[in-house]
Amino acid sequence: MNYSFHSILSCKHEKGEINIKYFLFLSAVLSLIFAAVNGSAEGLSNSVLSASQDAVQLTLTLLGTMAFWGGVMRIAEKSGLVRKISALFRPFLKVLFKGINESGEAFSAIVMNITANLMGLGNAATPLGIKAMKALAEEEHSNGTATGNMIMLVVINTASLQLLPTTVATLRLTHGSSAPLDVLPAILFSAACALTVGVTLTLTINGISKRKGRG
Amino acid sequence: MKITSFVIPMVVAVVFVYGIYKKVDIFEEFLSGAAENIKVAFDILPALIILMTCIGMLNTSGVVAFFTNIISPAAKVLGFPPQCLPLTLLRPLSGSGALAVYENIITEYHPDSFIGRVASVIMGSTETTFYTVAVYYGAAKVKNIRHTLLCAIAADITGFVVSCAAVRLFM
Repeated sequence: MNYSFHSILSCKHEKGEINIKYFLFLSAVLSLIFAAVNGSAEGLSNSVLSASQDAVQLTLTLLGTMAFWGGVMRIAEKSGLVRKISALFRPFLKVLFKGINESGEAFSAIVMNITANLMGLGNAATPLGIKAMKALAEEEHSNGTATGNMIMLVVINTASLQLLPTTVATLRLTHGSSAPLDVLPAILFSAACALTVGVTLTLTINGISKRKGRG
Repeated sequence: MKITSFVIPMVVAVVFVYGIYKKVDIFEEFLSGAAENIKVAFDILPALIILMTCIGMLNTSGVVAFFTNIISPAAKVLGFPPQCLPLTLLRPLSGSGALAVYENIITEYHPDSFIGRVASVIMGSTETTFYTVAVYYGAAKVKNIRHTLLCAIAADITGFVVSCAAVRLFM
């Protein structure tokens, strides 16, 4: 999981709140009905009483890891390591973002956004991504319609890019895993497959709609 | 000793060494980065409390089992563990919701079990799609998002299906 906190905080967002409201409503009503039918009201009552404690426990479990990686990655940012690594990705990203102005503000924000995501810098990645989107909207005159490159940026950001899934590793460790990171190859493989499908599909549809637009 | 055991110590060493080489005050910078994330962890807590309560209610009352039973024949055909289905339903919608479901799964089934590993790979290889789409397009004032959701969801579904295959392949 890209333990970007923007994703964990999703329920705070205005648009997300609509979904979450229905979710809260449905879970309270459905649980009550099911508990009455299944005769599991006592268990339900206990879980209401204990769940908030579990949430505190979970926060405490993750607190140390989150703080530690926040500290490590701040050093990586300040020392210029993140910027240095981002230079490696430029040539690849040039291929994905067709017709983009390579020296423009949008492209450099895109490169930094994707590098920050790869390094698990969720806090830094989101503002960079938003900056990139605004710059793209201006450079490509979007006028309220997503351009091909904007779609590419969003699709890449909806994929999990984080190379080191520290939250998953921490939870696995605290729940008794003998080698919490032994799932890393599987995670990276699965994430790479998902990203490849998303990016290829975006490139294909972008290409088709561009040709149609010209014809 | 697995090679993956070296990943974390290596990253930490490289970051520290490079920081000192670039004359960064690595202690001070570490403290400010760590402090920022501690604040974030507590900012998440209220949302986590309500979502974990709802998910706990859905679990203990039998709602989750009811819906899982309905979809599980289809999941079984794909060789996908039905116990991970609630995670795939919540993952694109809510980060804290998915975190809560994930913790439930690895509490009930050991993290090193097949189910626990598939859940871990799903958590590690997918993202909160709908939230990202809303934030980015909201910022750029885009109303017509064209084929964004189609492409993003195709990627998510690929991630779910491949997670299960990847655990079989790599473990």
